[in-house]
Amino acid sequence: MPVTAIGKYEFEPLDKRENFHGNIITYWNWEKHLMFCSPVALPFPPDMRFGDVVEKVFPDVYGAHPDFEKVDWSKVKWTLNQEPFTPDFDRSLEENGFDHKCVVRFWTPGLDGYKGSAN
Amino acid sequence: MSVATKARKLGLKQRYALMTRGLGWETTYQPMDTVFPYDTYEGIKIHDWDAWEDPFRLTMDAYWKYQSEKERKLYAVIDSFAQNNGHLGITDARYVNAIKLFLTGVSPLEYQAHRGFAHAGRHFRGVGPRIACQMQSIDELRHAQTQVHAMSHYNKYFDGFHDKTHMHDRVWYLSVPKSFFDDAMTAGPFEFLTAISFSFEYVLTNLLFVPFMSGAAYNGDMATVTFGFSAQSDEARHMTLGLEVIKFMLEQDEGNTPIVQRWMDKWFWRGYRLLALVAMMMDYMLPKRIMSWQEAWEMYFEEAGGALFEDLSRYGIRPPKYHEVAAKEKDRISHEAWGIFYNYTHAAAFHTWLPNEDEMAWLSAKYPKTFDKIYRPRYEQWAKMKAEGKRFYNNTLPQLCTTCQIPMGFTEPDDPTTICFRSSEYRGERYHFCSDGCKDIFDYEPEKYIQSWLPVHQIYQGNCGGAELGQVLDWYHINQGADNLDYDGSPDQQLWDKWMSDRKKAAS
Repeated sequence: MPVTAIGKYEFEPLDKRENFHGNIITYWNWEKHLMFCSPVALPFPPDMRFGDVVEKVFPDVYGAHPDFEKVDWSKVKWTLNQEPFTPDFDRSLEENGFDHKCVVRFWTPGLDGYKGSAN
Repeated sequence: MSVATKARKLGLKQRYALMTRGLGWETTYQPMDTVFPYDTYEGIKIHDWDAWEDPFRLTMDAYWKYQSEKERKLYAVIDSFAQNNGHLGITDARYVNAIKLFLTGVSPLEYQAHRGFAHAGRHFRGVGPRIACQMQSIDELRHAQTQVHAMSHYNKYFDGFHDKTHMHDRVWYLSVPKSFFDDAMTAGPFEFLTAISFSFEYVLTNLLFVPFMSGAAYNGDMATVTFGFSAQSDEARHMTLGLEVIKFMLEQDEGNTPIVQRWMDKWFWRGYRLLALVAMMMDYMLPKRIMSWQEAWEMYFEEAGGALFEDLSRYGIRPPKYHEVAAKEKDRISHEAWGIFYNYTHAAAFHTWLPNEDEMAWLSAKYPKTFDKIYRPRYEQWAKMKAEGKRFYNNTLPQLCTTCQIPMGFTEPDDPTTICFRSSEYRGERYHFCSDGCKDIFDYEPEKYIQSWLPVHQIYQGNCGGAELGQVLDWYHINQGADNLDYDGSPDQQLWDKWMSDRKKAAS
């Protein structure tokens, strides 16, 4: 539906992939851990190894939570853009199907936040 | 020489006619459609501009008189507040953070409203709405100025008050009110009035003004209370304009109804999302609380708004879409919003803190279904971390909703423990939203929101002073270590505690 406007109304999206200096924006959410108030946004080179996100970046992002060190990454359930997905830790984000502004959600079975309160 | 005839005194009605309708004319050098190009393209059909009713019958000369009288009273109070060190009479310095949020988030909107109504007034060919917009435009300028003056006293002692306009244009959470108003300002004049005069001023204003002004009264802030009183009669006029414009559009042409309904749906949701900031202010930032957000929502929207929409149903108007989602969210949005600011208060120009035991008892009484289950444990965990010297700050930037620009911290309507994700594709790009309400707004006019200046993306694009948080905060003009971080240990707190202990010493 076009915008109700007085004349021609066409604009470039402000958040196109090429505006991020070679990175893609990726969004991540650790489900049932609402102490982290919202999903986070992280820019990564698309050829970054998926495992590096979990091993090198996650500790800074989620390490403050006492559950973090208890996570068994082999049991984590993932979705990518709302579809179930099994990441290959040794392949790149792009090879894992990541694209610009994709959403990754993950559930850590048995870990539902502080006293099971989803925090 | 003597004056031959004495000027005849005009009757009220005649005077009103001359001072309003009498000021307009049919243009002849250029056709009316060329002079007023903006009042038709939105699809609203007006057959008789003279059918516009102005219930206040206020004319410009009387307007100046009333306003200057109010101004004299207001400035007398502001002066005496300053001379008597009024800031020492507030309940607690945490309260001042509500005022910081108001000054940086709301006062700049008053100024934008001044511009918006001047623009809308210029573009209506009917004299009635034009005059109403003109007065409101001047009111809004007055509100922006008097708010700044009323609150400037706090700037002498407390942090975070020093650069409101600069911050309004740049700081991440202020993009929420800013983008709200930019959206309204870039619409046509009828949508602007539906957005601001009706949805905001008429339907939702009690949820903004009452909490802030009663909050000020409850917490000893006489300067802000007096501003509130001084603006009250203006607000009454603004609300009337809001209802009048809706009835005017609906009575002029049946074809206007679906357009008006769509605008009501959109602007209800946009206004409601913006009010999440007020919700957290009510439930967390007032040391002495007035009522909970949930109570305010029930009283001012569900009851008062319910009656209004019942009244409008004779025009074929139904209550705004997703009002039932707002009802489901009423026992959580204040907690979710406070959680967002607690996470990111190192990047904010005001302080946050953990609610104390008494406050938690109040919250659990007000929110029996959600507080003890979800939010109390969260605060317990944060308190534990704080006691270990590791006050929690989220050091990764949040994902934002493309429409309301709030971090995606709101949860599924039927599950308060799961974040609500919605998305749309437009011309090969993916866009994300916090709710169906925000997604619908995008889907109807995607070209508008693909331009959203989302603060997080702007930082990652390198447009906000640098890649380090410190550089971004400098670019925001946030004084690090003073304006930001937890209230505990802040310069505000230290100063306040010193005043209070000096007072005790002086009394003993």
